[in-house]
Amino acid sequence: MADPMKIRANVVGDSTEVKVLMNHEMETGQRKDAQGKTVPAWFIQNVTATWNGKTVLNAQWGPAVSKNPFLAFKFKGGAKGEKVQITWTDSKGDKRTDEATIA
Amino acid sequence: MQTKHWIALASAAALVVGCAAMAPGPSDAEVRAKAAEVMKASFKDRGQAKVDRLTQDETQATCSQYAGKELPKDVAARIEQANLAAIKYPANGNYLGDWKRGEQIAQRGTGFQYSDDPAQPSGANCYACHQLTKQEISYGTIGPSLHNFGKLRGYGDDMKKYAWGKVWNAEAYSACTNMPRFGHAGILTEEQVRDVVALLMDPASPVNQ
Amino acid sequence: MIGTFRAALAVAGIACAVPLVLAQSAADEIEKYRRALQDGNPAELWEARGEEMWKARAGPKNASLERCDLGKGPGVVKGAYAELPRYFADADRVMDLESRLVWCRVALQGMTEADAKRNPFGSPERKADMEALVAYVTGESRGVKMNVSLDHPKMREAYAVGEKIFFFRGGPHDFACATCHGEDGKRIRLQDLPNLTSKAGAQKGYTTWPAYRVSQGELRTFQWRLNDCFRQQRFPELEFTSPASVALTTFLAYNANGAAFDAPAIKR
Repeated sequence: MADPMKIRANVVGDSTEVKVLMNHEMETGQRKDAQGKTVPAWFIQNVTATWNGKTVLNAQWGPAVSKNPFLAFKFKGGAKGEKVQITWTDSKGDKRTDEATIA
Repeated sequence: MQTKHWIALASAAALVVGCAAMAPGPSDAEVRAKAAEVMKASFKDRGQAKVDRLTQDETQATCSQYAGKELPKDVAARIEQANLAAIKYPANGNYLGDWKRGEQIAQRGTGFQYSDDPAQPSGANCYACHQLTKQEISYGTIGPSLHNFGKLRGYGDDMKKYAWGKVWNAEAYSACTNMPRFGHAGILTEEQVRDVVALLMDPASPVNQ
Repeated sequence: MIGTFRAALAVAGIACAVPLVLAQSAADEIEKYRRALQDGNPAELWEARGEEMWKARAGPKNASLERCDLGKGPGVVKGAYAELPRYFADADRVMDLESRLVWCRVALQGMTEADAKRNPFGSPERKADMEALVAYVTGESRGVKMNVSLDHPKMREAYAVGEKIFFFRGGPHDFACATCHGEDGKRIRLQDLPNLTSKAGAQKGYTTWPAYRVSQGELRTFQWRLNDCFRQQRFPELEFTSPASVALTTFLAYNANGAAFDAPAIKR
């Protein structure tokens, strides 16, 4: 499995603010390595965030998203102590899920 | 009694002087020598950049010695005279080349790094330190603005010769300047220097619009 | 006549000022963008990996780095970077963080010095252990005031040598560190340059390394910064953890004393 994400989730008013730092090379498929060979495309294609079993965010990404992507979003609801889960899947079929407690 | 007292005082004074002479630590020359030794043990050849590049010429050694301090007028004059004498002027007396190529040379920041291909022409990277054309806003401020260089100074032969001299060997006019000696060090070819001079001194150059 | 001349001057003045204003506002906007990037700094990913590596058993001795003495006692990581470089009696020489990490990887984990120094600057194809370890250790000095001591004579020597190297003009371009870092308010293209000969400049310049370099997508350390400066100065290659690199680091770190350490940061 890939390296873990860093997730921070905080209650702000009647919403929860979530910030996620993902560990991913996000290769566009255009870059050439030091030897001149094209590095194959490899990027996150889908991101899903859930809270209390509900999907609060779903995103389809492409090679335009940069390396080590930072995602910040808000959703209505959420209370301290509850869990938020983030899952990503990439173009190689690799997958990663991490969880954070809302502060 | 008096003489004994005198001798005791004198030897005490000598001791104090001797201690004072030992306390301050290494001289400037000693530190410089140690630094040279440390550098020799810390750099290695890579690509086109060999350790012989650490051997300083007279100008570099003198400017390093006075770095961070006031440069004495006579030392400055010596440096400028020596570098002025070393300037190679174009054989056919033609100072102006192609300003379009000059602009490319001014924009290019590669050349002579160990990551650079020695087969490729070097740039002068003028924009790293100078403003030149009005259109290029990505310019540095280590050197003064060169915008309207020729327009402000006139396009006469004396000025062309001065511009050539500045690009070829800036130390000739400003001892210990930050500016590289592009012609003198072989960073630019004679033809490239001609193109840079055109960028500065051709009335049609965008620098002079 | 005079009226039109004055008007022409005014117009010329504005025309000259516009590119200046454009360039400065471009530099300011870029600075705003860089500050906005600080939230979600990918350097945190290196810090996390470095912490794991510090605690993991590795090398022929199958030991962790948790007994490594960074100057404040074995295993004390908090605040250690703010006091480096320093003289270490067991090695009988001045060491910066990276040379000390090499020392610990050899002494505690049984690596050869060559292995401990291998691949110091990572790439997407090959992650560097050293960059992760540096990220972790430096992160533990965040907010701590720089406090490098020149009490030991070898530290004073390193400082004096570092200063000489800083002002050393060499190579085909006659460049020294001071060429770019010797005056206030200068920039290369649109990148502002800290004046490392002033206290304020040295404080700003030194306390923001290591940093995640967005353009490279990697976390870069101070050893990397020195190495890459010399490449651009057209010098030969500065060897990793060489005495010149430690001397220069000593000179700059001591000059930064008093400022709160603010890294791992994020840069262009």
